[in-house]
Amino acid sequence: MTGMSERNRHLIVLGIGLILLFGLPWVVDVVTLLELTIYIVYALFALSLGFIWGHGGILCFGQAAFFGLGAYTYAVAAINVGESSGPFLLAILLPAAFAALLGAMMFYGRLSDVYLGVITLVVALILFKFVNSTANETYVIGQARLGGFNGIPGFPTLNWPGDPSAPLMPDEMFYLAMGLLIAVYFGLHGLLRSRFGRIVVAIRENELRAELLGYDVRLYKTAVFAIGGGIAGLAGVLFANWGNFVSPGVFGLAQSATAIIWVIVGGLGTLIGPIVGAVLIQFLTTQLGQQSVVNNAFVLGLILVLVVLLLPKGLMPTLGQLFSRGRRK
Amino acid sequence: MSARGEVVLETRGLTMRFGGVVAVDQVDFTLRDGELRCLIGPNGAGKSTFFKCLTGQLKPSAGDVLVRERPMTGAEPCRMAQAGIGVKTQTPSVFNGLTVRENLFLALARHHAGRIADARTDEALERYGLADLRHRRVGELAHGQRQRVEIAMVVAAEPWLVLLDEPAAGMTHEEVDALAALIRDINRRSTMIIVEHDMQFIRMIGDRVTVFHQGAILIEDHVDTVLDDARVREVYLGS
Amino acid sequence: MDFAVVVIVEILYAVASLALISAGLAVVFGMMRVINLAHGEFLMLGGYSAIVAVKAGINIYVAMLVVAPLVVGILGLIVERLVIRFLYGRMLDTMLATWGLSLLLTGLVTMIFGNTTTGISTPISGYRVGAYQLSGYNLFIIVAGVLVMAGILLTLRYTRVGLIARGAMQSPDMASGLGHNPQRIYMITFTVGAALSGLAGGILAPLTGLTPTTGGLYVAKAFITVISGGAAVVAGTLSSASLFGTITQVVTLSSTPVWGDVAMLIAAVILLRLLPQGITGRFFRRQV
Repeated sequence: MTGMSERNRHLIVLGIGLILLFGLPWVVDVVTLLELTIYIVYALFALSLGFIWGHGGILCFGQAAFFGLGAYTYAVAAINVGESSGPFLLAILLPAAFAALLGAMMFYGRLSDVYLGVITLVVALILFKFVNSTANETYVIGQARLGGFNGIPGFPTLNWPGDPSAPLMPDEMFYLAMGLLIAVYFGLHGLLRSRFGRIVVAIRENELRAELLGYDVRLYKTAVFAIGGGIAGLAGVLFANWGNFVSPGVFGLAQSATAIIWVIVGGLGTLIGPIVGAVLIQFLTTQLGQQSVVNNAFVLGLILVLVVLLLPKGLMPTLGQLFSRGRRK
Repeated sequence: MSARGEVVLETRGLTMRFGGVVAVDQVDFTLRDGELRCLIGPNGAGKSTFFKCLTGQLKPSAGDVLVRERPMTGAEPCRMAQAGIGVKTQTPSVFNGLTVRENLFLALARHHAGRIADARTDEALERYGLADLRHRRVGELAHGQRQRVEIAMVVAAEPWLVLLDEPAAGMTHEEVDALAALIRDINRRSTMIIVEHDMQFIRMIGDRVTVFHQGAILIEDHVDTVLDDARVREVYLGS
Repeated sequence: MDFAVVVIVEILYAVASLALISAGLAVVFGMMRVINLAHGEFLMLGGYSAIVAVKAGINIYVAMLVVAPLVVGILGLIVERLVIRFLYGRMLDTMLATWGLSLLLTGLVTMIFGNTTTGISTPISGYRVGAYQLSGYNLFIIVAGVLVMAGILLTLRYTRVGLIARGAMQSPDMASGLGHNPQRIYMITFTVGAALSGLAGGILAPLTGLTPTTGGLYVAKAFITVISGGAAVVAGTLSSASLFGTITQVVTLSSTPVWGDVAMLIAAVILLRLLPQGITGRFFRRQV
């Protein structure tokens, strides 16, 4: 909220984050903790999109491609390797590398806006269709069957580094996920304050002027896209471990679409916005799922339409404006 | 700085076609070190298109652009900037959502490390008279102020070649006088090309003038000679 | 020889299907730069309208060719007045709002019709070519595709209405200066686009079982075809539909339908990388 200094805002967010991190496992039972973990996973995924879109100006219609790559890479690698540290890292680096390649292809081709959206949509679709069709037992990577639409169940979950016989318990998973969310959130803030981050924001403001000042815009955009891919991949790893199951749906259109809804509702241009959006929408979805009067998709769709028409900036920025106007009175 | 008189920018047969329209028609252009060259001509004469071929915003259909004898035809704008060329576009191209200070910082950040860049930014704010505007969003400034910010951004890192497209547009009389003085000052260190419409302004700063007409160079000479030329008057006013 | 005929027919069918499902989106995108992501749901609703009409006793051809476009056209009109109208010029916001609309419509239809698959059977029986059994309905679709595309082309090129619409698209201010109301033109164009989508949905209804989520399958293909085609409505859609339809069918016939789809997607990525403005963005700037 404007009026409060940025440092104070950060302290408040950090405070809330730490309270939740250390406090929740004491207050809440394991089942609920598990439910909350998925909120964190989605918040992280939303953050990845919010970063590249709100700050990098890149609207990716297929962010689920990297989410899915993270999930599947972990599953396949964990089955083959057994100990989880390598797979964990690989599952972040592979989506990031893939994003770097895809990004380079798009940005060095000077693609933008709609056309970028289509290509990212198509790439996610290609991954979905491909993985979905691998049900046959001949589709194997090492010892891991890809499973097609059946997915990959029961792979080794994350363990304490170096000790495959000590898998993380649900509350430890929560600590990891929440800790990572806080780390990534503040990491991104730091990045945005750095020289790199300021240039990225400038590029989003006016790409031509950034070029005329001598910055290689294509390189910066590729880097931003790669970082977003890596974070989405991280969310994918956590997702895979949360449910101990991956299926082609992680690459799906619905997954990408939902992420976009999270970011828009929460607010483009802030980092807390996507997190709030994800938590809110996920909460709503869960509540709606428990009744059968009104359909899920119907309500989500209605929300999206109303938000675009009435709150074009999203929730957090609008709230921020209301607060600052309130203060001036 | 190279010896006076050396050719620092050259185009050979530069042509730009849009569909069936030839906007720039086989232009041979030479610029010498230290010059302040004005490009003038009626609307649609091709001067802005020619300008964009120099900045890298447009890739020429044919011909060459040589910067200090190095071919830079169709180079990306960032390469031109990295070669030491500062550009101000026709419509102000600034970071509207960012503060004046941040805009200037970004102009300098490529040349200096973090803390030095900060110091240089504050110096630049003072030098270009923007210190009291430093925390204002550029998008909220008046047009003339925005132009001043852009020009400051363009010259802050002291490029050896400065290209300005209609720098005086939308400025008040006082601002134009200040601008003319600033340009003369810049010219002491940098070679310049200025596209302009305002004849008074050109008289204030003018050295050599190139007149464009229908995509080609009509005449190129000292400012007074050109403005007295009958052909030029005809092109602007009709016979 | 027989096989060649079969292959050609299959390819023409694939091209015609793509053209049909893209037509409505192409009109709206080509004329108004509006990307309607609820397009798939318009198709789906066209299908449902046709099915409901047939089950109510209406002749299948009337259901497909009259009822479906009518129902979806009216829906399109409502959508334009309530949502799209406020978002002109905001391409991204339009995409997001129509995406929300697509979810909304999917949910609505699920609530009304449930998740089960409904369908009607094709009204035209198969025929033989040598040793191969072909679907007669495919021929109907090819003909329908040709007629729809020709209809759009002729309307835009040779009628007064088409001329006004094209003028408004190029320059709304000029159009209003000449006494035409651009807002009304946009409204009519969107409605026509919706009706075309409904028509396509109706025609394609007998082919597969229809569920509320069928729209999702269509929208990606239509979207990709239209964007790859570029700004020209007919020339663009026809060229990309021809390209992708051929590629899809050839790959499908050599392997599986999944690879056929993947091949189309890969082709789209390559095409957009090489021609960032679509096929007609570069070559057919002034054509329709």
